[in-house]
Amino acid sequence: MWNYSKMLQYPINIKEKNPKLARWIISQYGGPDGEINASLNYLSQRFAMPDQRSKAVLNDIGTEELSHLEMVGTIVHQLTRDATMEEINNAGLQAYYTDHGIDVYPQSAGGLPQTSISVSAKGDPIANLQNDMAAEQKARATYEKLIDLSKDDKEVMDVLRYLRAREVVHFQRFGEALRNVQDLLMEKRCYSMSNTSSTNNSNLMQQTSNN
Amino acid sequence: MYYNCVTSRDNSNMNKAELMNQLQSYAFAINDLILYLDTHPNDETALELHNNYANEYRKMYEEYERRFGPLSIYCPCNSFRWIASPWPWEGGNA
Ligand SMILES: [Fe+2]
Repeated sequence: MWNYSKMLQYPINIKEKNPKLARWIISQYGGPDGEINASLNYLSQRFAMPDQRSKAVLNDIGTEELSHLEMVGTIVHQLTRDATMEEINNAGLQAYYTDHGIDVYPQSAGGLPQTSISVSAKGDPIANLQNDMAAEQKARATYEKLIDLSKDDKEVMDVLRYLRAREVVHFQRFGEALRNVQDLLMEKRCYSMSNTSSTNNSNLMQQTSNN
Repeated sequence: MYYNCVTSRDNSNMNKAELMNQLQSYAFAINDLILYLDTHPNDETALELHNNYANEYRKMYEEYERRFGPLSIYCPCNSFRWIASPWPWEGGNA
């Protein structure tokens, strides 16, 4: 289960509204490389991982991404709250305003709603963890683009830099988890070959799931 | 943010925002250490750091709740204060 604490992972107090910036930043809320997508990736993959380390990494990073989801939602909310109709028009937010008002809706910067087509759980520990490393790189790259777009907004940029740094740490941890799974599968393969037992993949997975 | 973490400090002179800032610093360090320990479970130095920070965090969390109201639904309260303070996205941590 999850426990909610009434606090943000990193302080956010944006004083200047800027609805236009919110229009791009919302991509990290509900875009293809956004926080809810990352969280669903990891939390979905954790159930059938073959080793304790990758289960833990997926569980704990999947949890941290939920804190980031709240942070990105907070940025979008604080950038749009009290926006006038003129500001909404000038920011090109008419379509968004029509469907969602000033709610924070999970969609990409281009307006595509969040979809689980972009969530990845492949039933293969190596493929999953390599996907997750790529997901972290894509999230980092997205934050860098958002940092470029918010150069004149120091308060927003500070938070985006923090979030970017977390993606780098996550990438590192997934790389370590991947190496552990690879070592484990290698050991099992050697073991099963020396015992002349079946080396087919489903047996391999059954053996590794006990680890 | 690790540099904000000093063990066994007296927080009683801190105001709400300062104590929250401490809490966030410790929560950050603890989370980061846990991710590291997930893939380095035998690192004694990291484990000791985690242990120190987690002990401080618990104390500080309770102190914050005692002085400024509940941070979680598990906080025992005589009156219902959960909805009294603003939410984090409304600047409730400031
Ligand atoms: Fe991440």
